[in-house]
Amino acid sequence: MAKLNMVQAINLALREEMQRDKDVVILGEDVGRDGGVFRVTEGLLDIFGQERVIDTPLAESGIVGVSIGMAARGLKPIAEVQFMGFIYPALDQISSHAARLRSRSRGRYTCPLVVRTPYGAGIKAPEHHSESTEALFCHMPGIKVALPSTPYTAKGLLISAIRDPDPVIFLESARLYRLIKEEVPEGEYTIPLGKARMAREGKDVTVISWGAMLHRCLQATEGMSADVIDLMTLNPFDEEMIYSSVKKTGRVVIVHEAAKTCGLGAEISASIAEEAMLYLKGPVTRVTAYDAVLPLPKLEDYYMPTVERIKRGIEEALKY
Amino acid sequence: MTDGIDKETLFRLFETMLRIRLFEDRVVRLYPGQEMKCPVHLCIGQEAIAAGVCLHLKKEDYIFSTHRSHGHCIAKGMGLRPLAAELYGRSTGCSRGRGGSMHLTDPENGIPGTTAIVGGCIPIAVGAALSAQMKRNGRIAVAFFGDGAVEEGTFHEGLNYASLRRLPVIFVCENNFYATNSPQKARQPEVNIADRAAGYGMPGVAGDGNDVMFVHDSCREAVERARSGGGPTLLEFRTYRWKAHVGPDSDIAAGCRPAAEYEEWVRRCPLELCGQRLIKEKALTEDDIDRLTGSIEAEIDDAVEFAMNSPFPQQSEILDHVY
Ligand SMILES: Cc1ncc(C[n+]2csc(CCOP(=O)(O)OP(=O)(O)O)c2C)c(N)n1
Ligand SMILES: [Mg+2]
Repeated sequence: MAKLNMVQAINLALREEMQRDKDVVILGEDVGRDGGVFRVTEGLLDIFGQERVIDTPLAESGIVGVSIGMAARGLKPIAEVQFMGFIYPALDQISSHAARLRSRSRGRYTCPLVVRTPYGAGIKAPEHHSESTEALFCHMPGIKVALPSTPYTAKGLLISAIRDPDPVIFLESARLYRLIKEEVPEGEYTIPLGKARMAREGKDVTVISWGAMLHRCLQATEGMSADVIDLMTLNPFDEEMIYSSVKKTGRVVIVHEAAKTCGLGAEISASIAEEAMLYLKGPVTRVTAYDAVLPLPKLEDYYMPTVERIKRGIEEALKY
Repeated sequence: MTDGIDKETLFRLFETMLRIRLFEDRVVRLYPGQEMKCPVHLCIGQEAIAAGVCLHLKKEDYIFSTHRSHGHCIAKGMGLRPLAAELYGRSTGCSRGRGGSMHLTDPENGIPGTTAIVGGCIPIAVGAALSAQMKRNGRIAVAFFGDGAVEEGTFHEGLNYASLRRLPVIFVCENNFYATNSPQKARQPEVNIADRAAGYGMPGVAGDGNDVMFVHDSCREAVERARSGGGPTLLEFRTYRWKAHVGPDSDIAAGCRPAAEYEEWVRRCPLELCGQRLIKEKALTEDDIDRLTGSIEAEIDDAVEFAMNSPFPQQSEILDHVY
């Protein structure tokens, strides 16, 4: 079995799904000849041709809007946006249209659309090139949000996202793209949307995270007895796994690199309060980025939760 | 000389272009040192547009620009010290080391801020022009953007409104025929960008963006129109970027753009064209150019030294200026 990094794993998922289903098409800025900013779609143009790997004009609202029309009429478009910070021109199409097509048509239309985009800090590029605003999309009923932390899960999740009848925002950590390699099998396997993964098992504390931060959580919990949950799908998230872990440990630390206020940690925390409050031994702790625009470059490491900060958060939680 | 351009003006244009070129060349040399920790989009080859447009602007007029904005900011009067310090992420930088190359700010010189969002600056320039019109302060606004921005909705929204209100704004499209590695022909129907102006009821002019005199002359008319209440203009200047889309290297060997095309444009270097002209008109000698080069290089030495000796922003500042 080949060891692949996340770029290669995603590329493999795209290739296999395009081979399996001729309705799957890719479109975006520079995705064809160039293979995309991070070369995730490299080689696909040669295999599938310009009809199915489409270099578009520089217009995100247009790319997503056109994809919605294609999705509603029998195709399965995968739109790529170059960086998460450039998705905002398309928010209107995502929120006003992709998210509502099924509901508005009372189920007569669905929107099997995937929008892929790299997110997150750690690549020394400012502002729009390092955004982590996943919670925005989680706040749109009708949109699913997936965000893998490893090459293996990236492939399986993406395949599920492509086959899903509803629009999925698929967020890829730019920092993780080439950071880790692991065995990724060829051929079909899926990781269902809505299910989390227990990345480490323990009994004293539940640490919940996703994407690039998951790896820092694993480092921070080395030698501890902790459940580390890799959420993978951010909306709808795996409530069952979270509550059963919380019932076991009684302590929760949520870690994300998005800003704190109204980040996904807030929603998870509120859900735990509603469903598992009486099992908690102490308050839920959040370790997050600051409520500030991502600074450059010297403060970047300070802005994101470090292993140290995560450890301190866990120590806080363990005081109870 | 070309109509309306005297030798002194031509010399000033040359000097500005040379300052931009030498600064960008220095970035090319320093970037591999890995201390400039931000992506840089260099404008080598496109200097004539910044120089030719900004010479008409007053300090209090506004420019708005993009990811590729070093040249615009230098031409508008930004000091090399705050520019260099920003690239090095220092707190003495024009954006206090928080923005890097793509987010340059200099309110004193009429630069409210450059940003990387393609097309994002266009409606904002329109708003600045609307403010100038409402406050009757005589200022004008210029939006610089690339050929790629013409594909974003903001371009069309901005032009429509500017024309409707006859606003004092000039839309300057630097058409270098590529957006990242994607050729214009693969992204747009073959209609001149300047011709889009007609659809919005404003004048549009297209021409050689490597001929600084052409840029200067066509922009003069646009500035006069804007200042006299005649409304907006769309200018399309054709040019070519010599370096890769981002970073200090060439992208030609990698096959991103045809070598012959690149060479053709390099032969038409905007500085060479202008310098030769000045020499032919006996307004300048090779020695003068050498002297000028020396004094600008010294200015850049000073700016880089200033940057390197400046402190980094502090962790305690992280929440400053959010509100
Ligand atoms: C809204 C948005 N989409 C995508 C990008 C990524 N991007 C940065 S520059 C660029 C190409 C811009 O081309 P053009 O406008 O012609 O300017 P040039 O780089 O040629 O000066 C792209 C696609 C971006 N910065 N903003
Ligand atoms: Mg361009």
